[in-house]
Amino acid sequence: MNAYNFAYLDEQTKRMIRRAILKGLAIPGYQVPFASREMPMPYGWGTGGVQVSAAVLTPEDTFKVIDQGADDTTNAVSIRSFFQRTAGVATTTATRDATVIQTRHRIPEEALGEGQILVYQVPIPEPLRFLEPRESETRKMHSLEEYGLMHVKLYEDISRHGHIATSYAYPVKVEGRYVMDPSPIPKFDNPKLGDMAAIQLFGAGREQRIYALPPYTQVVSLDFEDHPFEATKADHPCGMCGAQDSYLDELIIDDAGGRMFVCSDTDYCEARQAAGHKGKDAA
Amino acid sequence: MIELTNVSKTFTLHNQGSAVIEVINDVSFSVAAGECVALTGASGAGKSTLMRMIYGNYLTQAGQIRIGDVDLVQAEPRQVIAVRREVLGYVSQFLRVVPRVPTLDVVAEPLRTLGVSAEVSQARAKALLGQLNIPERLWSLSPTTFSGGEQQRVNIARGFAHAYPAMLLDEPTASLDAKNREVVLSLIEEAKARGAAIIGIFHDEAARDRVCDREIDVSRFTPKVAA
Amino acid sequence: MTPLLSVQGVTKRYGAHIGCADVSFDLYPGEVMGIVGESGSGKSTLLNCMAGHLRPDAGQVVFDTRTDGPRDTITMSEPERRMLGRTDWAFVHQHARDGLRMGVSAGGNVGERLMAVGERHYGDIRDKATDWLGRVEIDASRVDDRPTTFSGGMQQRLQIARNLVTGPRLVFMDEPTGGLDVSVQARLLDLLRGLVRDMGLSAIIVTHDLAVVRLLADRLMVMKDGRVVEAGLTDQVLDDPQHAYSQLLVSSVLQV
Repeated sequence: MNAYNFAYLDEQTKRMIRRAILKGLAIPGYQVPFASREMPMPYGWGTGGVQVSAAVLTPEDTFKVIDQGADDTTNAVSIRSFFQRTAGVATTTATRDATVIQTRHRIPEEALGEGQILVYQVPIPEPLRFLEPRESETRKMHSLEEYGLMHVKLYEDISRHGHIATSYAYPVKVEGRYVMDPSPIPKFDNPKLGDMAAIQLFGAGREQRIYALPPYTQVVSLDFEDHPFEATKADHPCGMCGAQDSYLDELIIDDAGGRMFVCSDTDYCEARQAAGHKGKDAA
Repeated sequence: MIELTNVSKTFTLHNQGSAVIEVINDVSFSVAAGECVALTGASGAGKSTLMRMIYGNYLTQAGQIRIGDVDLVQAEPRQVIAVRREVLGYVSQFLRVVPRVPTLDVVAEPLRTLGVSAEVSQARAKALLGQLNIPERLWSLSPTTFSGGEQQRVNIARGFAHAYPAMLLDEPTASLDAKNREVVLSLIEEAKARGAAIIGIFHDEAARDRVCDREIDVSRFTPKVAA
Repeated sequence: MTPLLSVQGVTKRYGAHIGCADVSFDLYPGEVMGIVGESGSGKSTLLNCMAGHLRPDAGQVVFDTRTDGPRDTITMSEPERRMLGRTDWAFVHQHARDGLRMGVSAGGNVGERLMAVGERHYGDIRDKATDWLGRVEIDASRVDDRPTTFSGGMQQRLQIARNLVTGPRLVFMDEPTGGLDVSVQARLLDLLRGLVRDMGLSAIIVTHDLAVVRLLADRLMVMKDGRVVEAGLTDQVLDDPQHAYSQLLVSSVLQV
């Protein structure tokens, strides 16, 4: 694949993206505009995350891609092989072995460390979008810290459902300043955003925005005093590895409506099974 | 209490060739507390005009109109409003109210704007409406649908709700039957007894003779219009 | 007594065209002032300049703030001005949908200003919103309904509740009864009068409806071609207009 520059993007583009990343790290939670490029995949398939990954990858890196926690879905497999071919970097499915992890909709169960970078794919970076469609107005609201509207969204949730029903893309406030959309991760993952040792980078390709959380950043999920934030998950152990503390996918396993719950983080589940843990549905 | 000094007024009709009409020329008189003075003169002599000038409703071009210690001719709008709220009551010939508001609230409103509680204001309003023979079943309805005589009595009740130290009464007994006329006259007598200075226009001569201490013929101040 | 709002020499041009020119007046606490004039007379431009929606080319709009006393709102920083807009000021638009979030429930609409100033207790916010719905005569059972399901009059009352919930001291109203049926207008006028009296509000009402100012406003300003041609007590201006234009305006209306 010598026809391509390392990691597909040309060096000027990577510099432009790195500048946006550095600015994002300097102003945690702030959405930095960047000149998103056309990538050889459709919008919505991770074009923002791929560009951020391309800008931070070095030949020595080990790359991992997860989609809803799994290493083996179409999206994860194709992005992994994309960088295998265009950057020639090593790849892995083991969370602890990876130096750069691109993710869609999950944070790995295993705690990340200081040498690692977590790259999120973001469809809609603007948390205020659904209540205030004018970009000019939302920018002003961010710059003036007028975030009452964010609570209106949560208020509407409670008034309609009796509790805060937002279960993913749950808004957070970063370092007491910017309100940020954490990408559509389940709110179960929200507590991991704060105080994380790894660098977290968020890329929105279609919307042309990059934002970031440097290591050990304070991240607080928004809530009401009488309806405090709760990180929820299905109230079951994993059927395969028996884990009590992991985020679970619910699978329908037969035509009779039989269900099983398994870890959404496939690496975590497999590692536990290899270590001898066994759930009730394990073969 | 009420004191007019060299008061004059003209109307300028800009849309009729800027015609200037002198209506009141150099009026001076005063009304003391507890006194009732009648304005007299033929129809068109300017009785109502003068009364509206005293209320601040018509702009006065020259002179002073003092109500208590405020000169309404020079006063800021907010001072005029304060005088009207606290000192100077006016019973006009026409009832002007927000549609839909119940009669009881219409009558209680002058007290409510003075900060009197709803209960006390309504109690006073009920007493007055009862005294003026407005049937209780009408109290919760808007007076806009009432007959002329009923509207006039609601207007009087409203005008007497607060014990104003100065009052202007424009034909208070017109279109009232004997019984209600008697009620209104006794209200005026009560107001005088508590020290109100009153200026009134009465076509009803018997009423005028009964409550008024003296008369002022307004035609004396009306410039003679060339016939 | 310090005026709540002191407007001095406010001028706004649109290129060569004059929006409003050299307008000055003082508004005292508890006063309601009407601004009348025909379309294009500059009354809405003036209102928007005073409310911070438009920046005038010249002049001052001095508001007596709670914390720092009189401040020129034209030169204060935008965050400060927007904070006033959420707390001490209210703006009632002619079209309720310009002042409401149509995709948010009635309770959320009323609660927004509370949340904007930092209230974070859902139960309290909801209780206050419900209380305010009652005060503007909207049944408490509608608290979770969206304004799209409300009639025009209800939407306008909801907009008023949403504006008054934080206890503002000055309310700007742009044709608040425009576009409503006459009977609905009457109800709204009655409501506004009661609220103005009970909350001790000051208000500036722009309208072309002389009947509305007669019933609501203590004072009146008549505008023509961007300038104030006459100002005074409402009933004095309406019953004894001095300026040629005011006389024309009053005489061209059916008896009010």
